[in-house]
Amino acid sequence: MSTDTIAQTAPAAAAIEDLIACPHCDALYLAQMPQHGGRAICTFCHTVLIAPRRKAGKKMIALTLSVMILVVAALFFPFLDINASGFGNSTSILDAASSFRSGYMVFLSFLVASAIIFVPLLRTVLILYVLVPVVRDRPALPHARRAFRWSQELKPWAMAEIFAIGCAVALVKVQSLAHIGFGPAFWMFAVLVILVLINDNYLCTWSVWKSLELEED
Amino acid sequence: MEIARVGRRLTAREAGLVACRRCARVWPMGQARCERCGSRLVSRDTKSLQKVWAWWIAGLIAYIPANIYPMLKTNTLVSHTENTIVGGAVDLARHGSYGVAAIILIASVLIPVGKFLAIAFLAITAQRGTQVTPRARTHMYEIVEFIGRWSMIDVFVVAILSSLVQLSVVASIRPGPAAMTFALSVICTMLSAQAFDPRLIWDAMRRNQPRKTP
Repeated sequence: MSTDTIAQTAPAAAAIEDLIACPHCDALYLAQMPQHGGRAICTFCHTVLIAPRRKAGKKMIALTLSVMILVVAALFFPFLDINASGFGNSTSILDAASSFRSGYMVFLSFLVASAIIFVPLLRTVLILYVLVPVVRDRPALPHARRAFRWSQELKPWAMAEIFAIGCAVALVKVQSLAHIGFGPAFWMFAVLVILVLINDNYLCTWSVWKSLELEED
Repeated sequence: MEIARVGRRLTAREAGLVACRRCARVWPMGQARCERCGSRLVSRDTKSLQKVWAWWIAGLIAYIPANIYPMLKTNTLVSHTENTIVGGAVDLARHGSYGVAAIILIASVLIPVGKFLAIAFLAITAQRGTQVTPRARTHMYEIVEFIGRWSMIDVFVVAILSSLVQLSVVASIRPGPAAMTFALSVICTMLSAQAFDPRLIWDAMRRNQPRKTP
C-alpha cells in the first residue's frame, strides 16, 4: 500500500481546528487529508493517524448490516452437534453463553454472552446510527458523537473473532470423545468473523469525527 | 513512508494545548472535556501508573488460582478427570494434537505472562528511563493492547465444551473454578493496559534528552 506524507509539524499560526495530535506520543501536526490509498503516520511513533478509504462509508454500512443479520441468525440456529454411543446433543451460541449456570459462574455467563453477542451487536447498531446519515449527506442524528465514542470504547470488548478460534480448539479437544457436526450457525459465525475484520480495517475514525464536526457547523 | 519532518517538532503540551486521546482533536490547555467526542481531557494522566499497577496486581492475584484449580471437569463412563490449563495442554500434546496444545499454551500462559512482564516493564521505564527506544516501547504497548483479548480463547473453549458435551452417562464436561478466575485475570490485565498513558513513554525521553533544535 502506498503511504503519503501528508501532515507537517504544526506551524505556530495554524487554527486550532486544523491541528491533530498523535494519541500515543502527543506530537502535534497540521492535519491534511492524504491522497486516496495514502495514510498519515506519526513520525515519532509510527501510529496511523488518518487512513481514509474510497467509499468507505457505504461499504461499512453494507458490511455492518450483514454482521448484524448474521449475529442474530447465528444465535438461534444450532451451532455444533455431537454424537457418541447413541447419545446426541446440539448446542446454540445462546446455550454456550449460558453454560455457566451454577452460583458465581453466572457472572461468567454474562461475560461470555456480552463478549460474543451483545457487544458486537451493540457496536454494529451504534456504527449504523452514526454512518447512515453521514453517507446520505443528512444531518447527524441526535447524540451521534456519543454513539460513535461508545462504539470505539467498546471495541476491545467485542470478541466474536476470538470465540471462532475457541470453537476450532474445542472441536479438536473432543475429537477423541465423540463425533462432531457443524450446524448452520457455525458457518455464519465463520463468515461473520471475516466481515468484522474487514469492517474494522475500513474505519478511519479521524474522518468520521471530522464529518461529524462539519455537520454541526 | 512517514510524515515529513518539517521544522521544529512540537508536542501538544509544549504548544499549550491538550490533545483528546479518543479523537485526536486538540483544545486549549485547561479544557475539561473534548467538545467533539465528549471524552475527558487530561494533558497527562498523572494517576495513570497508579491505575496500571492496581489492575496489574489484581490481574496477577486472579492468575494464580487460574493455574492451580481445574479449568474443566470431564466425566466419562470410565473416568472422572479434572484438567488445569497446563494439564489440559499436556494431555492434548500426549494425544498428538500438538497444534492445539500450542494454541492453548500460547493463549493461556505465554500471552498472559508476557503481558504482565510487558506492562510492568512499560510502567517502570516510564518513570526511570531506559536504553530501549521510545518507538520500540510504543510498539510494545500496541502489541500488548492488541493481543490481550486473545487470552479469552480458553474461557470460550470451556463455555463451548460445557454446553456441547452433555451426553447423559457417556460423557459430560463442566467448567471448573479456574474458568472464572482466568476470565477475571484477562479483564484486569486489559484494564491495566488501557489505563497506561503511552505519552509518558515519550515524556521521559524528552526530559532526558533535550530536543535538538535545527
